[in-house]
Amino acid sequence: MYTQGLDSLGKDCLRDETRDGAALESRFQARVDAEEKIEAKDWMPEAYRRTLIRQISQHAHSEVVGMLPEGNWITRAPSLKRKTILIAKVQDEGGHGAYLYSAAETLGVARAELVDQLLAGKAKYSSIFNYPTPTWADVGAIGWLVDGAAIMNQIPLCRCSYGPYARAMVRICKEESFHQRQGYEIMLTLARGTEAQRAMAQAALDRWWWPSLMMFGPTDTDSKHGAQSMRWKIKRFSNDELRQKFVDTTVPQADYLGLGVPDPELAWDEAAQHYRFGPIDWSEFERVLAGHGPCNRERMEARCKAHEEGRWVREAAAAWAAKRSAVAMQAA
Amino acid sequence: MNKEQDWPLYEIFIRAKSGLDHKHVGSVHATDAAMALEHARDLYTRRQEGVSIWAVRSADIVASDPAESDAFFEPARDKIYRHPTFYDIPDEVKTL
Repeated sequence: MYTQGLDSLGKDCLRDETRDGAALESRFQARVDAEEKIEAKDWMPEAYRRTLIRQISQHAHSEVVGMLPEGNWITRAPSLKRKTILIAKVQDEGGHGAYLYSAAETLGVARAELVDQLLAGKAKYSSIFNYPTPTWADVGAIGWLVDGAAIMNQIPLCRCSYGPYARAMVRICKEESFHQRQGYEIMLTLARGTEAQRAMAQAALDRWWWPSLMMFGPTDTDSKHGAQSMRWKIKRFSNDELRQKFVDTTVPQADYLGLGVPDPELAWDEAAQHYRFGPIDWSEFERVLAGHGPCNRERMEARCKAHEEGRWVREAAAAWAAKRSAVAMQAA
Repeated sequence: MNKEQDWPLYEIFIRAKSGLDHKHVGSVHATDAAMALEHARDLYTRRQEGVSIWAVRSADIVASDPAESDAFFEPARDKIYRHPTFYDIPDEVKTL
């Protein structure tokens, strides 16, 4: 769901020193310009391949780490109904991670290698998941705002030039809508509840509003790789365009809840038909991305622990399959 | 950290409902065929998207080479007479 890694690509994604030369590359660009999809075994510039591997794997890591903040509430959901919904939602996030790893693997990288990069702390994932979920209202706010921002980001990715990524995104987008709606319904229930419940919903909105705006990545003036990704049609809209669209659709939803968006400068610009919003604290974004957010360490520790504790299961399954195939060979 | 190897990769094909073809949806890693089917069920049919699943070891798939596709598919290119629209039939002639 969460693709703000878009603009944190490395230098190696910028230049392509290919021996195959300009002819192949211009044919490739012509196909992209003609809105043809590029498929796994098609010729592609190495820089395009590297960019995609990095973006898709960061996206996959984000889905997987994204299970943690909400998973925190599964055992404490306020009712059986909410609990089953939350389990299904968290399971979807794991599924999204699997679709995306599967798409990344078509580019010739092993899944184990990508997982190792994450666990070794060498790969990025969306900074939004480094924020804590202290109350049940945070689960509502995540579904409404974080998944809402993710949908804005991801719908254009359904038309990404790389076929396997685009198809994975179609599948994911179909499922995201449930995530956002269940989140909004949680907020609505709290907003219509007791004074304490309303206050809880407001506090969650206060916590998640700015980090959600940061999910779209740096402003266009500071975005390093936007232009190349646009040329390759990996990306279709700029960070600021998507962020504006998110604000424009989300503010009226907050109004309906009767909750206040925590931005004193927020105002409707009648002439532009857009909401104007205050400056984003990019130093916070940089800090969280660099590993100093409220929960970065906790998230990575939880991922590593789950991976280690699952090791014996993976080893046992592999040993069982080897034994069975040996028995089958003997019988043949 | 010990380097772990991925389990074998299986390509997954799903029949959305009876009467339709199986369609490629993605892939899963699994130690054997039975696990591939279970993983595919959990991953690709959480919302009743299928009534039948095929799992095929990715290594067993034989594919044409996109780099050779011009030459490979060339034999069909000049045989436009294989299409019904190639033939001129007067408008007065019905149901043809």
